[in-house]
Amino acid sequence: MQVKDQNFKPLVVSFCCNWCSYAGADLAGSSRLEYPAEVKIIRIPCSCRVDPLFVLRAFQRGADGVIINGCHPGDCHYTSGNYFTRRRMTLLFSMLDYLGIERERTRLEWVSAAEGARFAKVMNEFVGKLHEMGANKRLGDIRCKE
Amino acid sequence: MRQKAHELLSSGAVGAVLAWEKGELPYDTSPAVFRDAEALDKMVYNGFCGSNLSKYLIEQGKQDEKVLVFLKPCDTYSLNQLLSENRVAREKLHIIGIGCKGKLDVEKLRTQGIKGITGIEENETLKIQTLYGDHELPREDVLLEKCLSCKGKDHKVYDELIGEDLSADTEQGDKYAKVAELEGQTPAERFAFWRGELSKCIRCNACRNTCPSCTCLKCVFDNAHSGVAAKVNATEFEENMFHIIRAFHVAGRCSDCGECSRVCPQGIPIHLLNRKFIKDISGFYGEFQAGETAELNSPLLCYDLEDAEPNIISKREGDN
Repeated sequence: MQVKDQNFKPLVVSFCCNWCSYAGADLAGSSRLEYPAEVKIIRIPCSCRVDPLFVLRAFQRGADGVIINGCHPGDCHYTSGNYFTRRRMTLLFSMLDYLGIERERTRLEWVSAAEGARFAKVMNEFVGKLHEMGANKRLGDIRCKE
Repeated sequence: MRQKAHELLSSGAVGAVLAWEKGELPYDTSPAVFRDAEALDKMVYNGFCGSNLSKYLIEQGKQDEKVLVFLKPCDTYSLNQLLSENRVAREKLHIIGIGCKGKLDVEKLRTQGIKGITGIEENETLKIQTLYGDHELPREDVLLEKCLSCKGKDHKVYDELIGEDLSADTEQGDKYAKVAELEGQTPAERFAFWRGELSKCIRCNACRNTCPSCTCLKCVFDNAHSGVAAKVNATEFEENMFHIIRAFHVAGRCSDCGECSRVCPQGIPIHLLNRKFIKDISGFYGEFQAGETAELNSPLLCYDLEDAEPNIISKREGDN
């Protein structure tokens, strides 16, 4: 049986769309909702800005999980960005899964600016799952570790 | 074929002929441009002409002349894709569709212990003369991987068709069989499989160079600042990275011509990555075959309001 490292702190990269999820994260903060400190938020103009390379790069630099947050379908500030994200990321996550990177390490969520509670809930769930799974040993680049 | 090429080239109707050239050995054929009617003697079309000539038309299309090109049915899918992306001008081409009974893989001959080949007769069965004696074996045993799941014998774009009976059909294999098998494994098993395959990669970039869908003028793998520039993979991560990016760049545009795996000097089944994307795209967004028509219709360039959410990949049947 795999022995879990109690001190394991997953590194989570969270891409947040400027118009919805970033404000949602803000709301979570100002409403004093707790979500794990391991989540590192990167603000992006639209979830569609996330190049699949960004996700890979995050894993390369040692991320244990990558989550992309965007506006709900239909609510995109640029009308249609998140629809493209949806197709693109579905394929990318499926491909990572195919190569043996567990599908629980990648996630796409829709979080609106009013959903601070949902943001906190999603992050807690996601990080909780990563705690169970342990460190990502499959995609990290050894040269990027200290 | 040669006669037709001769006719068009000497009459000046076309300025160049893009076809295959005979090499030193009977199984050596390489794509070649003929500008001279006399040189056409070297032109050849046999079971080893597996290479897809579509991509060469990008370079040829820069000349101010008409090009005669010979395409097999599956090559026309790639050409259609290039036409749809305006990489090749249709009016500069004279396309002659030629028949194909499935192309042969010299590596498969070698693994069967057939070496020192001096001559090959292609009929229903192959008669191979070698330095060490003659062999006879069925065609199906040594077909290229891509020919095991043939897309059909219909040319999707052409000016004229010549040659043998075009309706002769080959066995239609299930192209997703291996993909489905991998999907049925656990992540750890899949990882081990790909680790084993991808670690053979020497980053020669042959798969990129031969791919008729990889047509960017500036490739991310040539950009020294991208962090994934062309160089030997230093870590296991870079192998993954290169192959994921490469496959993703052609997702929705790959016509599954199988050239990537054919040219891989290390024998990595690269087409399995592309087929995974094709399988997903067809499964999620409706049956799709790139290059079916010359219209731009990549599923990654459009969307549907009712598209599945990414968690669909966790709900699929038959995998875990």
